[in-house]
Amino acid sequence: MSKTPTSTLLSVRNLTMRFGGLTAIDDLSLEVPAGRITGIIGPNGAGKTTLFNCLTGFYKPTTGTLRLAHPSHGEMRLEALPSHRVARDAQVVRTFQNIRLFPKMTVLENLIVAQHNVLQRASKFSIAGLFSLPGYRQAEKNAIERAAMWLERLKLTHLADHAAGDLPYGIQRRIEIARALCVDPVLLCLDEPAAGLNPRESAELNELLLYLCGELGIAILLIEHDMSVVMNVSDHIGVISYGRKIAEGTPEQVKNDPQVIKAYLGEDEEEGEAAA
Amino acid sequence: MAYALQQLINGLTLGAMYGLIAIGYTMVYGIIGMINFAHGDIFMVSAFIAVTAFTILAAADVTSIPLALTFVLIVSIFFTSAYGWAVERTAYRPLRGSTRLAPLISAIGMSIFLQNAVQLTQGARVKPIPPVLEGGVVLWDAPGFTVQIGWSQMLIIVTTVVLMLAFTWMITQTPFGRQQRACEQDRTMASLLGVNVDRTISFTFMLGAALAAVAGVMVTVYYGVVDFFIGFLAGIKAFTAAVLGGIGSLPGAMLGGLLIGLIESFWAAYLWAEYKDVATFGILCLVLMLRPSGLLGRPEVEKV
Amino acid sequence: MSAVVFARHAMTPAERLRDAGWVAFVGLILGIPLVGLTTVDVGGRLGVETRFGLLVAAVAAVFAGRLLLRWSIDQARNRKLARDQASTATAADRAHGAQKVVTVLGWVALGASIALPIFYSDNRYVVDTATTVLIYVMLGWGLNVVVGLAGLLDLGYVAFYAVGAYSYALLSTQFGWSFWEALPVSGALAATFGILLGYPILRLRGDYLAIVTLGFGEIIRIILVNWTEFSGGPNGISSIPRPSFFGLEFTRSAPEGSQTFAGFFGLDFSPMHRLIFLYYLILVLALLTHAFVSRLRKLPVGRAWEALREDEIACKAMGMNTTNIKLSAFAIGAMLGGFAGVFFAARQGFISPESFVFTESAIILAIVVLGGMGSQMGVVLAATLLVLIPEFGRNFAEYRMLLFGLAMVLIMVWKPGGLLAHREPTLRLNPLGKAASNKEAA
Repeated sequence: MSKTPTSTLLSVRNLTMRFGGLTAIDDLSLEVPAGRITGIIGPNGAGKTTLFNCLTGFYKPTTGTLRLAHPSHGEMRLEALPSHRVARDAQVVRTFQNIRLFPKMTVLENLIVAQHNVLQRASKFSIAGLFSLPGYRQAEKNAIERAAMWLERLKLTHLADHAAGDLPYGIQRRIEIARALCVDPVLLCLDEPAAGLNPRESAELNELLLYLCGELGIAILLIEHDMSVVMNVSDHIGVISYGRKIAEGTPEQVKNDPQVIKAYLGEDEEEGEAAA
Repeated sequence: MAYALQQLINGLTLGAMYGLIAIGYTMVYGIIGMINFAHGDIFMVSAFIAVTAFTILAAADVTSIPLALTFVLIVSIFFTSAYGWAVERTAYRPLRGSTRLAPLISAIGMSIFLQNAVQLTQGARVKPIPPVLEGGVVLWDAPGFTVQIGWSQMLIIVTTVVLMLAFTWMITQTPFGRQQRACEQDRTMASLLGVNVDRTISFTFMLGAALAAVAGVMVTVYYGVVDFFIGFLAGIKAFTAAVLGGIGSLPGAMLGGLLIGLIESFWAAYLWAEYKDVATFGILCLVLMLRPSGLLGRPEVEKV
Repeated sequence: MSAVVFARHAMTPAERLRDAGWVAFVGLILGIPLVGLTTVDVGGRLGVETRFGLLVAAVAAVFAGRLLLRWSIDQARNRKLARDQASTATAADRAHGAQKVVTVLGWVALGASIALPIFYSDNRYVVDTATTVLIYVMLGWGLNVVVGLAGLLDLGYVAFYAVGAYSYALLSTQFGWSFWEALPVSGALAATFGILLGYPILRLRGDYLAIVTLGFGEIIRIILVNWTEFSGGPNGISSIPRPSFFGLEFTRSAPEGSQTFAGFFGLDFSPMHRLIFLYYLILVLALLTHAFVSRLRKLPVGRAWEALREDEIACKAMGMNTTNIKLSAFAIGAMLGGFAGVFFAARQGFISPESFVFTESAIILAIVVLGGMGSQMGVVLAATLLVLIPEFGRNFAEYRMLLFGLAMVLIMVWKPGGLLAHREPTLRLNPLGKAASNKEAA
């Protein structure tokens, strides 16, 4: 699997995030290439989700920079943006480890809400919407079509009018990805999308991720514990442990890296001291 | 200066009472995350029980003040705890695990119910009792103004301090306190580890009611009048105190209570007495804007 | 989890007796200090009076009531169980059916409310009570935007009602504005207050929000009570002009140069004309509110409110500016409350801070929550119930608020999700019927 080199989409430089005395991310630097799948792995509590939270504006990093080379807006500094602007302007969109859907709303409504900004603009402060003017009607129709397209692609069409919260876990994961795609992401950040999926569902996820990246050119940043997913789809993997990047490379390289094996399998006392 | 000192004493007295009520709010909030809107009315019920108890003692010609106070406290605490228990059992427990607003509405209904029940059974008129503790100690005989701390004020402040100490000991040192804190942090986990969650919650309500009962007795002694509407404002102020201190935090509730008491008495003394409630709420808004989780509340890191 | 905690089996008669006995015992304990004993004024001092007969009667009533309650709960449960086993309908089908019933009921209610003054054209009491119901319906619909849709707990909604009422009262008495001139201005003023309140407290979590809004409501009321030069203080503002019917006054005799309603239509003067006019006026205002809110709910802003209620963090992750969404909910809710306030002032002709106490906020909130959060028809149902319960209790007037409080608790315990908890989607991909029959879901 060799691909032509591409430009860097996101570059994380010297990122540090401290909570009181706890350093969750410690001087982390990372490059995310455009149009590729970048995997982030690491033991529990390594700081992976914290990285996502910094990236998507939910946390303000203590120090460090997050530069996004946006294809149409030029360079953007994510650390300076509030979370809603990260999604709206920088088009960096995420999913959550513990699925955050709008549970009482239907699947379709979830996907329409994701297109809020486009629709809100079309509704002209709700005035055009209130009187159902043609411009708004067209925008609403487009939004539904777009949602229907993603529902079709993710095999969710038959569930479109069900309350999202009532559906099984695996399906909710898919809905969350579909919803994120409706925001029209440049960079899609998936936080453990395979958690709780059965092997068949995982395989489908693999296929989906490759399609998004290969056919649509959406860059994906993927936190995942399921090695059958990460190792199969990632072009590049970064390994984090205790908030630091301990290794980086192709899946093959990472798999055989002694540091990574140590971080995952633990180590004997003496070896640990020797390594330190 | 002398005047200010007097306001300080008055404010502390008032604040101690708010603090006692506020603890009930903060504990219940800590353990089941709801505003027990009927708590102010539980306090009001306790004040009525105290009035009845004092009247019975007067009829029985009991003149020993310590004896009378002890009797009234015990009676009031007993019955008020029963009320606390019953309110939780009927209006809140069936709603555990439903939406966040359901128990709040139920609590507001309970508050209206208690107010009207007391109005119906005890009458709408103000109930005055003869002064229980008169006089006090003159602290400072400044020219033109005498600073005095009343016996009843001393009683209130000392009782509150003692109760706070006992309470802190109970929460930090006893098995009940441990279970209470466990339920507060993770109810499901606590129940898996064998903590009887229902009983712990019931007990928390009774404890909150008991403290409100003490406050009720103190108010009766201090002001000498009680009516069925006192629960509303006292409840709101005490809740404000709990929020101000950081809801869920016991020392915070006491601190908040003292601050509200002080703000109120100084504002009323130096500025406009009629706007003292505006000051209370205004300061609450300010504090919350600057420190959304209250003074001693743990700032909540947004869990994503 | 709740299902596990509250699963109860049907009781045997012996168990029922024991259960009722236990409840009666608790009732006895609770009853002793309040029912069994009371203090009465005896020659300037308090004396204790015992009422043990009353106490025994009350305990007996509790015993019997509990027995009856348990029995009827078990009966209802058995019946429901039997029904569930008999029918093969899915949850979706049933929700769909329920929705149809609600829609039909809505039309019936609309028809009934239009026809009501025709049938009761000389019954002052009925028209007046119906007008009160409609005011609460309108207030409920307004607060529904804030609490039901956006999920922002507002305990001080009455403040906006007061802003509307006082704006109209002052504009009309001081500057001679008419009802129709003052209506939009007062609404805008209330909306401004909504934003002013909303802005500083956007960061607050649910319960903090509740207490601050409650405080805001109290602040407004205290200012109205104390700022006498501005608001008339506790005496309020009186002789507020009544709205006219396109310039036609509802008075016996018209001032120079204008006509009365009765005179213009050649009717005999009747004070009922004005009441019926006011009734239709609030009906129209309420229906406009309904149309407005229902439409907003299907627009991006309405869906954003609901999304905000469901998960604020997810909203941010979807690029939504939650600040604006919250403010828009506050502003629109406040505006609708302001409109209702204008009508209230015009109808009463007199307002004072008495009408804007916390209990009012609590009642409006109760209407929204009892109705079923976000449900427009639920608001109608709950408003009707909450206005009528005290009215039915009028025969034993002193018990009405007691019954009101009790009803709030009981309805909540009985149906925690509200009376009409079903939520109708704002748009569908598959037309109705097809979606319900699609069994792939499970």
